[in-house]
Amino acid sequence: MTTTIILTAAIITGLGLLLAVALYLVAQRFKVEEDPRIGQVEKAMPGANCGGCGFAGCHAFAEAAVKASNLDDIFCPVGGNPTMKQVASILGYEVREKAPMVAVLRCAGTCANRPVVNEYDGVMSCKVKAALYAGDTLCRFGCLGCGDCVAACSFGAIKMDPETGLPSFDESKCTGCGSCVKACPKGLVELRAKGPRGMRVYVSCRNKEKGPAVKKACSAACIGCGICEKTCTHDAVHVVDNVAVIDYAKCKLCRECEAMCPTGAIHAVNFPKPLDKDAVKARVQERQKKAREAAAAAKAATQMKEVQSNG
Amino acid sequence: MARRTFSIGGVHPADSKISRDCRIEALPLPPTVYISVAQHIGAPAVPVVAPGDKVKVGQVIAEPGGFMSAYIHSSVSGTVKSIGPRKDLAGNLQTYVEIAVEGDEWLETIDRTETVVTTIPEDPKAIIEKIKLGGVVGLGGATFPTHVKLSPPPGKKCEMLIINGCECEPYLTSDFRTLLEKGEQVIIGTAIIKRSLGVGKATIAIEDNKPEAIAHIESLLEKFKAESDSYSGIEVMSLMKKYPEGGEKQLIDAVMRRQVKSGGLPIDVGAVVQNVATALAVYDAVQKNKPLIDNSVTVTGECFPRQANLLVRVGTPLNFIIDHLGGMPADTAKVISGGPMMGKAIANLEASTLKGTGALLFLTGEQTRRKPESNCIRCGKCADACPMGLEPYLLNRLYKAGDTDALEENAVQDCIQCGCCLYSCPAYIPLLDNISLARGQVMGIMKARAAAARAAAEAQKSNK
Repeated sequence: MTTTIILTAAIITGLGLLLAVALYLVAQRFKVEEDPRIGQVEKAMPGANCGGCGFAGCHAFAEAAVKASNLDDIFCPVGGNPTMKQVASILGYEVREKAPMVAVLRCAGTCANRPVVNEYDGVMSCKVKAALYAGDTLCRFGCLGCGDCVAACSFGAIKMDPETGLPSFDESKCTGCGSCVKACPKGLVELRAKGPRGMRVYVSCRNKEKGPAVKKACSAACIGCGICEKTCTHDAVHVVDNVAVIDYAKCKLCRECEAMCPTGAIHAVNFPKPLDKDAVKARVQERQKKAREAAAAAKAATQMKEVQSNG
Repeated sequence: MARRTFSIGGVHPADSKISRDCRIEALPLPPTVYISVAQHIGAPAVPVVAPGDKVKVGQVIAEPGGFMSAYIHSSVSGTVKSIGPRKDLAGNLQTYVEIAVEGDEWLETIDRTETVVTTIPEDPKAIIEKIKLGGVVGLGGATFPTHVKLSPPPGKKCEMLIINGCECEPYLTSDFRTLLEKGEQVIIGTAIIKRSLGVGKATIAIEDNKPEAIAHIESLLEKFKAESDSYSGIEVMSLMKKYPEGGEKQLIDAVMRRQVKSGGLPIDVGAVVQNVATALAVYDAVQKNKPLIDNSVTVTGECFPRQANLLVRVGTPLNFIIDHLGGMPADTAKVISGGPMMGKAIANLEASTLKGTGALLFLTGEQTRRKPESNCIRCGKCADACPMGLEPYLLNRLYKAGDTDALEENAVQDCIQCGCCLYSCPAYIPLLDNISLARGQVMGIMKARAAAARAAAEAQKSNK
């Protein structure tokens, strides 16, 4: 009896040792050589595997970063500049700093602003809904409200607001990875520069139809009137396809366009003081009046000159 | 004898053909019609009239915008008011020609008498040209331009023409009524299509829940065959009632016992399928010079006060039809264009009918509301029900994983969107919705790949 136990234990142990040696030898023989820096870079990554960088995950990002000759086209939006600095120091590259980005919703079609004309009771998926029809309001471009962006966010930064029917973005949690941008079938989520102390101005509408149709569909829509374009002294606002677009690289956050917008489609967030619309409006109108007068005077002057030279 | 049907999958929804005894009646003319330029698969037609123009019934108002396109005719007489974007059934913008109706003046070339013209023209080319000029498209649902379908690519030979009288969708009865009331015309239309294809055999396939139609067409055929040789080779086939028997590939399987391969066309197995209503439209276009300007529409639903089969001019606003029949019932939750299985819910009742509009179905909330989705229990009912032999549960999972390669391998592009999987799923998983999206994605990828391959081949050719 005892001998059987001892024998069994000995055979099993011996077999185990033998196989361990075999495994070790095989592992040595078929070892995959990997650049040790890949492991180091991966350690420096946030490890969310969100795919916001355009690669399959943090490991794929690390591989690409090690292979690349510079870091110009490679950026981890989640880790941002600090992570990229670490990566650069591991690889000995220069890092080009990027402004931190944040997702904003370019639709202000809340339940109050945008009347519902038919009821949707299909699958709660924006993609399905967008494939079926134009949407349950008169706006073909607006938020469908089924929350595909919420499902796409790996950081819990997006929630549906039952009161507005629109998703709300938690800036403190948003890493700017862009998953929601890809998830929205209407292309309503945009990554914008976070701005100094979070202050930024953007047009919260993408309706490309003409004014009257837009107005009928939604009271907070951009009607493409172009007042903002005329107001802006920094060449930051342009109306393209009946929708105003603010270039965040040029915007100086003066909020004049916001004050002048007749529908309130231009949103400004995180400013310390509320906007004194009337004062700004008066200021802009005064400036435009002066400009008109100056232009008229200049025109008159040239006409006078012409008359004199002719005479 | 065993009842014939297609070999795999299928479901048996309740018949609900409550409008089957309503004769086809002509709907009065609406004050205005809005005729879409995109009423067929393929390129939209190009309008050839301008606002202010006077048009007559049957006059061409838009010409084909490409090879795969069709003529569009005015369905009324009156003045063209505008040409521009309007919202279609789904609320998306589409170009419409708006015509204010004045009287009912037809083109002189159109034969409006009731006489049945039984002599069939000899020349297949002339027949196809007339069909093309008549703007005839497939009225079975896909609105595929008929003249394109009747011109098989070189090297492919048609062996049998199948006239689809299955009407396998619940509720729909317009094809049934057409068979009963316009049987002669359907048979002559069949013979014309048969002649244009140069094929010896034609089968009018009818499901056995329509015994009156089968008996009627059989007796008419006997009479026709005794009179002329043109009608020999046309047979009636009774098929077992099963959804989706009217699907092209299913019908070929049921009638000819041949299976169209993945990515293939019916002509690959020697078949051309046309709908009963299309046969009637072909008769009108070839024998009577009457283009496709009206079609029969079933208006039905348990909650709807008056069931009807209406002859509706193309472009009639849906509101006008509903008001004519006594208005929308209060408990209607959904109005569907087409049948309950494949039809689409209408988002915009101000839109107007198209050539392919076959039915307006009114359903209550109780009839349409989806039950909450639960987890897949791997019962395999969806795979049993799929008439294309796909595995819907698997496709659904692959779609969620975003694996387009695996989706293509599992032939998601073969899905005919019949909805049998969704109908049979005890967990109420939105299989059809997800698979339709996946199918769209995969077909987009396949098209892009084919285009890239073509471009590469051409580049190679030009290099040589």
